Amino acid sequence: MKKSLICVSCPLGCPIEVEIDNGEILSVTGNTCKRGDAYARDELTNPVRSLTTTVKLVNGSLPVVPVKSSKPVPKDKMFECMKIINQASIEAPVKIGDVVVKDILSTGADIIVTNNDIGK
Amino acid sequence: MMNINEFIAEVEKTDIDVYTDTMVLDVSKDNVVTAVNNKDGLIKIQAVAVVLAMGCRERPRGALSIAGSRPAGVMTAGTAQKYVNIDGYMPGRKVVILGSGDIGLIMARRMTLEGAEVKVVCELMPYSGGLTRNIVQCLDDFGIPLRLSCTVVSTHGKERLEGVTIAQVDERLKPIPGTEEYIDCDTLLLSVGLIPENELSKGVGIDLDTVTGGPVVDEYRETLHKGIFACGNVLQVHDLVDYVTEESKIAGKGAANYIFGKKQGGTFINTKGVNGVRYIVPQRVNIENEDGVKLYFRVGQVYKGAKVVVECDGNVLSSKKKVKLAPGEMENVLITPEMLRNMNENSEITVRIEE
Repeated sequence: MKKSLICVSCPLGCPIEVEIDNGEILSVTGNTCKRGDAYARDELTNPVRSLTTTVKLVNGSLPVVPVKSSKPVPKDKMFECMKIINQASIEAPVKIGDVVVKDILSTGADIIVTNNDIGK
Repeated sequence: MMNINEFIAEVEKTDIDVYTDTMVLDVSKDNVVTAVNNKDGLIKIQAVAVVLAMGCRERPRGALSIAGSRPAGVMTAGTAQKYVNIDGYMPGRKVVILGSGDIGLIMARRMTLEGAEVKVVCELMPYSGGLTRNIVQCLDDFGIPLRLSCTVVSTHGKERLEGVTIAQVDERLKPIPGTEEYIDCDTLLLSVGLIPENELSKGVGIDLDTVTGGPVVDEYRETLHKGIFACGNVLQVHDLVDYVTEESKIAGKGAANYIFGKKQGGTFINTKGVNGVRYIVPQRVNIENEDGVKLYFRVGQVYKGAKVVVECDGNVLSSKKKVKLAPGEMENVLITPEMLRNMNENSEITVRIEE
C-alpha cells in the first residue's frame, strides 16, 4: 500500500510517498533530506502534535488563559485531551509553566500555562 | 528566540517610560508625537527618532463585495480568534472559512478542537496563501477540505447567517456560472489578507511602497522622513514572528545610531524586484554599508526548481536554485559589503526569478 504525505520539517514541503506492507515501512521516496525520511516514519508509526488551547481561569483578569502540552501528544488523542482540558480550570494568579493537568491521558505530557495572569 | 514575556521583562529592567492604553493621534513633520490616554490626558513628546510599529489590520468584508444580507456570524478570522482565545466565547458551530491565510488555517484547527464543524476553506487563488505546515496540521489532520480557485459569492440569513453560496472562479478570478454550491453554516470567517496600518505615516507625509503598503525604507529601516523608522507588519506583512523580531532589532539599532549621530549620510541606491519578485524590503541600500544587507522579498506565484538571481548593472552577484518558492513564504538574499563596494550612485540592485 502507498501513502502520500507532505513533509513539514521545513518550508520546502516535499511530497513524500511511503510504501507500507502490514504496518512495515518498505520505502520512503520524494524527500530531499534525512529529516523528511524521519518525519515520514514518525508520521506513519506514531504521529504526534503539540496541543495548544485555553483553559477556564477563575478570578482572572481574563476568563481564559492559554495553555499547551509540555511535549507533543499522540495525534489520535487530541480530542480526548481537549475533553479533559475543557473540564479543567485553574485559579488566578497563574504564571507561565504552571501545570493545569499533570500527565494527561498517561501520555507523559503536562498541560501547562503559557501566559501570566495576576488576577482581578 | 525570546518570547513576548521575556521582551516585556527586558523593558521593565530599564528606565524606559511605557504608556499602555495610549493612542498616538499624530506624528508631526518635526517628529513631535501627540498621544492621548485617560490618565495623562493629551501628551506631546518631542522625539529625535520615532520607530513606527503599528502593525496591520485585517481586510474586512467590505473590501470583498460579497452579495447578500448582513446577518450576525460573518467576521474576520482575527476577530474570531479574539473571541475564542481571549474572551472564551465560541462564535459559531458550523463554519466556512474564506481565504487560506495563516490566521484562517489556524482558526480552522482552533474551532475544530473546540467542537465546531469546519465545512470548507475556500481560496480564491489557485494556491494557498498559508504556510505548508499549517495546511498539513490545521486542515489535513482534521480532514477539512481546501477548495482552491473558489470563493463565497453570497451570504444567506437575516438575523443570523444560515448559509453561504460558494463557486469556482476562472483564471480572471470571476465566478463561473453553474458552479454555485450552497453550504449550510452559521459562521463565515474571513482570512483575506492584511493591510499595514499606515494612517500615522501618511499623516507625516512618509512615502509608501504601493506593493507592500508600508513605508519605503533603507537597510536600517529608516523611512524617507529623517529620524522615522518602521518595522514589523506596518512595514511589510510577515509570516513568521522571528522575522519581525529580526527586523525590530535592525530598526532599533538604526534609531539608536541616528540618535547618537553615527552612520549618517551616504550614497543610497534602489533595489527592485522584477520577473516574479513582487517587492523587496529594504527598497534603498546605502552602498557604504559595511555589515552587509539582507534583502527580504516575496514572489508572485508558486515556482518549483527556479533560480533566485541577484544582479547589479548587468553583473550577476548571486544565483541560487530553490526547490520551492511560494507567495506565502518570505525569502531573503544577502548583499555582502564586497558586492556593495563595486557599486556607485547610479547602480540598481535587481532580484529576479529565472525558471
